[in-house]
Amino acid sequence: MLLSNMEIIPQRKINKHLGLVQGSTVRAKHVGKDILAGFKNILGGELVAYTELMTEARDEATQRMVEQAESIGANAVLNVRFATSSVAQGAAELFAYGTAVVLEPERGVSEPTATPTSE
Amino acid sequence: MIEIIVLLILLILGYGFGSYREKRHYQSILEREEQLRHIMLFESRFPPDIKTSGDAQLVQGNVVISADYFKIFVAGLRKLVGGRLRSYESLLDRGRREAILRMKEQANKAGASKIFNVKFETSSISKGEQNTLGSIEVLVYGSALS
Repeated sequence: MLLSNMEIIPQRKINKHLGLVQGSTVRAKHVGKDILAGFKNILGGELVAYTELMTEARDEATQRMVEQAESIGANAVLNVRFATSSVAQGAAELFAYGTAVVLEPERGVSEPTATPTSE
Repeated sequence: MIEIIVLLILLILGYGFGSYREKRHYQSILEREEQLRHIMLFESRFPPDIKTSGDAQLVQGNVVISADYFKIFVAGLRKLVGGRLRSYESLLDRGRREAILRMKEQANKAGASKIFNVKFETSSISKGEQNTLGSIEVLVYGSALS
């Protein structure tokens, strides 16, 4: 599955447009982590536990979007956007959406993202 | 009396640790920016007509950062008269530059040299006491091409 936040992929043709796909997750923080974060509010700096939590949650939202795209037979999601909203005190919703498309297969290669080519 | 002592201790701790860590963080940001300078960022929606190879790949970087007690206190005082909150400006600057660096590192690992359609998003994921600044998340993402 190819993910990109551009509307086109250079040198590739879009064969079919399948419409909007989306994925979201609502996450709350763990009380222990919240207390630790309270200390960090005195000392300042990065809250590593939160950074990990947000990355994990965003990956999950992306994963759900990809599953939806796969189920309708797409091989790429273009124009991917992320949104974050705080739905309640201590809980955040992470949302990912994009356009599912069928890209023209690359000559001879079936899985284009597997090996990045560098010269 | 005890309250004043606690406040002073918190301010000293916040100032000490906060400014030490900010200095260290800026140092590491500058070093890594130098290392990753070969990766170019573009905000344009479409890639320009230049030679690229391989397919686009979504790359992203995020960081959750929080202010120290001293910064929150100073900003609270500053709010009485209004104007620039310098203590928060440097915080957001650090967060954003760190997120860009993480995105660039991801692109570097994938062997890409350019990132197109770079988008920023900032959100406040929790509030501190009395609605002061809590923790802020900065997210930056784009499409990497080699």
